[in-house]
Amino acid sequence: MNLYELTIQEALDGMDRGDFTAVELTADLLGRIGAVEREIQSFLTVTGELALAQAARADARRRQGDASPLLGIPLGIKDVLSTRDVETTCGSKILKGYVPPYTATSVKKLEAAGMVMLGKTNTDEFAMGSSTENSAYHTTRNPWNLERVPGGSSGGSAAAVAAGEALGALGTDTGGSVRQPASFCGVVGLKPSYGRVSRYGLVAYGSSLDQIGTLTKDVRDAALLLNVIAGHDPRDSTSLPDATPDYRTALTGDVRGLRVGVPAEYFIDGIEPDVEQAVREAIAQLAHLGAEIIPVSLPNTDKAVPVYYMIATAEAGANLARFDGIRFGYSAGADRLMDNYRQTRGEGFGPEVKRRIMLGTYVLSAGYYDAYYGKAQQVRTLMKQDFEDVFSRVDVIACPVSPTTAFKIGEKSDDPMAMYLADVFTLSLNLAGMCGISVPCGLDAAGLPIGLQLIGPHLGEEVILRTAHAYEQSTNFGLSVGGLAAASRRHVAG
Amino acid sequence: MATVDSVIDKYELVVGMEVHAQVLTRSKMFCSCATDYAGAPPNTRVCPVCLGLPGPLPVINRQAVEATILTGLALNATVAETAVFARKNYTYPDLPKGYQISQFEFPQCEHGWLEIEQDDGSSRRIGIRRVHLEEDTGRTVHEGSYSYVDLNRAGVPLMEIVSEAHIHSPEDAYRYLTKLRTILRYLGVNSGDMEKGALRCEPNISVRTLEQKNRGEYGAKVEVKNLNSFRAVRSAIDYEMKRQIETLEAGGTVEQVNMGWDEQNQRTVLQRSKEDSHDYRYFPEPDLPPVHVNQAWVEALREQLPELPDAKQARYVDDWQVRRTDAAILIDEGLVADFFEGAVAAYGMEEGKPQRLANWLTGEFFRLLYADGEGQDLRQIAETRVAPAQVAALLQLADDKVINQNTAKKVLEIMYATGEDPAAIVEREGLAMVSDTSVIDEAIDAILAANQDELTRYRGGEEKLFGFFMGQVMRATKGKADPAAARQRLQERLDE
Repeated sequence: MNLYELTIQEALDGMDRGDFTAVELTADLLGRIGAVEREIQSFLTVTGELALAQAARADARRRQGDASPLLGIPLGIKDVLSTRDVETTCGSKILKGYVPPYTATSVKKLEAAGMVMLGKTNTDEFAMGSSTENSAYHTTRNPWNLERVPGGSSGGSAAAVAAGEALGALGTDTGGSVRQPASFCGVVGLKPSYGRVSRYGLVAYGSSLDQIGTLTKDVRDAALLLNVIAGHDPRDSTSLPDATPDYRTALTGDVRGLRVGVPAEYFIDGIEPDVEQAVREAIAQLAHLGAEIIPVSLPNTDKAVPVYYMIATAEAGANLARFDGIRFGYSAGADRLMDNYRQTRGEGFGPEVKRRIMLGTYVLSAGYYDAYYGKAQQVRTLMKQDFEDVFSRVDVIACPVSPTTAFKIGEKSDDPMAMYLADVFTLSLNLAGMCGISVPCGLDAAGLPIGLQLIGPHLGEEVILRTAHAYEQSTNFGLSVGGLAAASRRHVAG
Repeated sequence: MATVDSVIDKYELVVGMEVHAQVLTRSKMFCSCATDYAGAPPNTRVCPVCLGLPGPLPVINRQAVEATILTGLALNATVAETAVFARKNYTYPDLPKGYQISQFEFPQCEHGWLEIEQDDGSSRRIGIRRVHLEEDTGRTVHEGSYSYVDLNRAGVPLMEIVSEAHIHSPEDAYRYLTKLRTILRYLGVNSGDMEKGALRCEPNISVRTLEQKNRGEYGAKVEVKNLNSFRAVRSAIDYEMKRQIETLEAGGTVEQVNMGWDEQNQRTVLQRSKEDSHDYRYFPEPDLPPVHVNQAWVEALREQLPELPDAKQARYVDDWQVRRTDAAILIDEGLVADFFEGAVAAYGMEEGKPQRLANWLTGEFFRLLYADGEGQDLRQIAETRVAPAQVAALLQLADDKVINQNTAKKVLEIMYATGEDPAAIVEREGLAMVSDTSVIDEAIDAILAANQDELTRYRGGEEKLFGFFMGQVMRATKGKADPAAARQRLQERLDE
């Protein structure tokens, strides 16, 4: 077995036993990247030298008895997270060449825990998109089928993990950007509750929706990473002061008596039959494990897309105002200030980003605020109440992540509305601040992975991890790491 | 504008005042950068937050919130249970994030007032609409055809104090600002230094006819910016009032515009017309939670409120019988009031004593202060060599007739220069007053002998020569003679 096929836990165990070192592990991952990256293109930047140096330090620490939880574990970091001395582009031309002077809190925590950073993973520009096709640099390909998208916006992170180019990765999820690519790439994607993980150093898209999440090969690894990155950060006033449990203790394998809600609104027309069938079978499997299945209703689900696109874009419009070509990143170098603003932003931002800036500017403009942004916030409150209502009766909600499996590159890129509507199952819980996880639950007829989404209440990470883990342990879809890597090998080779 | 004066009574001036006051905190509003940017090299008080780099987040400065609540309390305002920061979106090179974080819909404090004193001693109440907290911008420095941005100031906490449109004369505007600045300084929340930009005033000026007033209508507002002194504010309001009346009298209309103040030519100049007005697209700042202020917090801050200028003035007048006008001068600067109170404590508050101290402070002592150092800043009273108790001791020497008034002035000058105790100066310089009548008689004998001509004329009825003889006596005793004793003896001898 290749080292790059290991889970994080397996790699930790191997290093603890002395079977291999962090340097050997890292070298193996870098070798894998060298072998498949030309076709997958998960990364925007690979920091090989840095990774080997960090691995050597990790080995030294381990020899000194250091038992940090991620000592020597090679991970990928989505390129919307600020990394000191390492170029951070957010997949945008406007940040080409920008090397931040500081590191995001989540990445700092990983570093303190002993992480080896392999590089920065590809993303739709400023995390705006569902396929990585909006990256200004290149489109990442789905390791299961190179003609397909990996999903997005954390498509680089999901593909890297699925292709064995990283043992795990950080992504960010504003409306499904961790869960949907996890689903498309057959890996586990965890979006924690809003406020659970510090956003300091995450280049903001929709500030009230953004949350850093994890992409891993299994649920145990998700718990491992969450243990490290969760917690209050005095630099992020929206991060929660609540104590963080050891999420591994939630992985009991037991869901007997667990109340699983199944929302009618998540099984609608337009959902691919293979997806619906796989998700329904997964729910049946939970019942088989002793969970109680309860039909529930989230009546405002149909409003998620418009509400999301008003709130997220309003925030994005303001968040992206700082990219003015004066202090950092790309500058058109025009002679006059106004010309430089216009040219820098005109040339630096891609079409999807411009579309969302315009939308966000419009919904906040004088005379429209109440009808759009104000109304959207009211509906958001209703959606939150819907979830709270349901969670008074169930412990966890089970539903699909996406109505489809990975679509073909270019298939939807000319139709932004179709792309937006495909996010209908993932947006709501960002609006409500809830947590969610995508866990593989089968393949469609074309051999593409399907994801089961488990939604938990605010700060309900333990219950979704427990449910996802129990489900994962009880199924055998050939989505185990070996199978995954084999699948990606097969497709890369083909 | 002679024509204006004849019709000025047909109009009412209506002014609302916006004041931006930098809050005296150690660190900036949303990051831990120091606020001591004055004199610092450009862009050395900056971090990822206030530079507006991609990714960092703001954290609210508690000290700034407390300063704003204190200000609200001092201005009799209601402290909001929940204040909300919003994003005010506009593009300018010195605004690094492309938006300013500012309280908008839900300010920290609302519905307050302060009182200003009119010439006749009566007071008028000026309403305060709101006191809210925001962040300062950086500064743009223009040099030749280039502009440079210095972000040292970006993110310094700024309080905006907005009055109701209750100001109806340039003089009242001046009084309002003076009183407000005094209160802010008492609270220690603002330095009051206009020339350093720590306090900025923007009056909104309009005029309306009395008919409009009866109908509850207002004229178009003109906002005047970059006013660097209260005097400039007063002049700008006076100028604008007359300009607007003149425009209306000539059949024109007043445009709602932003003007700047041309100090050199004492006139307002057009800066921006209404068509260019921004749509700031305010929305609640998603990176910051609302500021919840419970009653316990408000009460704890209320406990911290110092005695405010109005109360202090009333105490000087009512308890110490200080003249109202003198009390007003003494309370204007908190440090002067502190000095005065220190001196009263040492000197005593028996009848007439505080007023005598007031006379000395606002007279001789202020003269020395004004002549000292660079500006006419009375706050340097706290840094002089003279302690309040020493001034009290000086006056006590005069009361005890150890020295007379003129000698006391001389001694004060030496005290101001050296910081010595007055008794030591009197001792060393031999300035103690002569009240020994034998010494005085001796001097009078000599003077009368030497001025027989004048003596004859005096005795012939030319009584105004008394002053001449008195002056001769004081000169002969080197000014140390007790004037009362000298006068009495001289009178006796002249009338013999």
